[in-house]
Amino acid sequence: MGLDALFVLLVLTGLVLLGSSLLRSSIRVVALQGAALSFLPFLVMESSWAGRAVFLAALTMGLKGIVFPMLLNRSVREANVRREMEPLVGYSLSLAVGIALLILAFWLASRLHGIGVGISTLSLASAFFMMFIGLFLIIARRKALTQVLGFLVLENGIYAFGLTAVGHIHWLVELGVLLDVFVAVFIMGIAIDHISREFDHINVDQLDQLKG
Amino acid sequence: MNAIPWIHMAAALVLAPILLGVINRTKARVAGRDGAPLLQLYFDLWKLLHKGAVYSHTTTWVFRAGPLIGLAAVLGALLLTPFGKSGAILAFDGDLILFAYWLGLMRFVTVLAALDTGSSFEGMGASREVFFSALAEPAFLLGLLGLARVTGAISLSTILPAVTAATWLSTGPALALIAAAWLVILLAENARIPVDDPNTHLELTMIHEVMVLDHGGPDLSLILYGAALKLWVMGALLVSLLTPVRYGVAWQDALVFLGGMLILAVGIGLIESAMARLRLTRVPQLLMGALALAALALMLIMK
Repeated sequence: MGLDALFVLLVLTGLVLLGSSLLRSSIRVVALQGAALSFLPFLVMESSWAGRAVFLAALTMGLKGIVFPMLLNRSVREANVRREMEPLVGYSLSLAVGIALLILAFWLASRLHGIGVGISTLSLASAFFMMFIGLFLIIARRKALTQVLGFLVLENGIYAFGLTAVGHIHWLVELGVLLDVFVAVFIMGIAIDHISREFDHINVDQLDQLKG
Repeated sequence: MNAIPWIHMAAALVLAPILLGVINRTKARVAGRDGAPLLQLYFDLWKLLHKGAVYSHTTTWVFRAGPLIGLAAVLGALLLTPFGKSGAILAFDGDLILFAYWLGLMRFVTVLAALDTGSSFEGMGASREVFFSALAEPAFLLGLLGLARVTGAISLSTILPAVTAATWLSTGPALALIAAAWLVILLAENARIPVDDPNTHLELTMIHEVMVLDHGGPDLSLILYGAALKLWVMGALLVSLLTPVRYGVAWQDALVFLGGMLILAVGIGLIESAMARLRLTRVPQLLMGALALAALALMLIMK
């Protein structure tokens, strides 16, 4: 029940991202998603792993709930971008695509049912859904910053998939992944800064002007 | 024959206008005003019934039939609506589809009457109404489908009483999603604030009000009364879903139900006080959101 509610919350944050039109509120939603995700280790790990769960949860919460949003908000502030998303695919259509992706995710999860014992369709489906939404946001939004957000949502999906489907990944691997994401967000922040300094905007559809 | 559904029906016929009174009174209180009397809509209906009607030369019988058929359709929906946990007067397998289409028929005749006036202004409202309801109706039906799946019944009068506290414990998230989707649809279909403002006649954003501008006198009173009944039947479904208690004693169940309706009306008043009307381009987004919630609920139930 608690696990179900958490996964529903994750899917809902994905849907909100599809419909939200402001950069800052999207950053907040992604932060909320990361924070919600940090409770996942407590719910899926066995009690003998309690110490590790606490460590992992604290690290996830710190990075995805606090550090990433701060970095992204800083980029928004310094790049002086317009606060709207400037979508390539409109919000209502995005939501319709989201519904289709939701159905696809549940269908895929039901087909994959049986790769492990005790893995609910819902957990697999919400992990897939987050991955799909992340990819869709990267494609369908114009700002470089929203691509970072899409990347983060995609990573959240993979993280949720790893925790629920595989379970006991070595903690070094998990740490490595979190570190990679951290570095990726950091570098993307720097890249956004450079793009905005060079072009007065951070719209990626005009980056082809870069070629000499 | 069981008399309880008939009493409920009579209560709905008498009490429906007071729901709007409660909403307006709540809005007034939040804004720091005294507000109109609770019974204002009854006075309005009474006044309108004693007026004559003026018909434009462009209108035909369609315009005159609109309000009558609309009221008849919503009465048909009322016959199928279970109140609280007791069944409706009419109940058969699959009546939930008929329920949805009674409301659809009501909308259809209102739209026809609006188009019959030949006014481009009303045509605009009709176009918006049809567009938004095309988004709202699937969400409503998906919610019903989800509930039918949970309870294993396909009649409104058996579905809603079957939603008990145990159902909420086992499929809580899904039911909450359906309730949220239905609340959005309730606000949209009854022209309440995040979608439409019942108080203004501003052409840029009007939906429902614009379609009934040319109606006057008794026709308008039929439309106003029909709108109040529509709010009542849709509210009744939502309240029945949200109150999973069942005492088995008729007057206690009725008390719970009426209390729920009162809370719903106050809740709508609070929503309207707290929110501004959405920009018209954002409305489809809100309804798509409701559709997504209902779809997610169905997925949760079917998984």
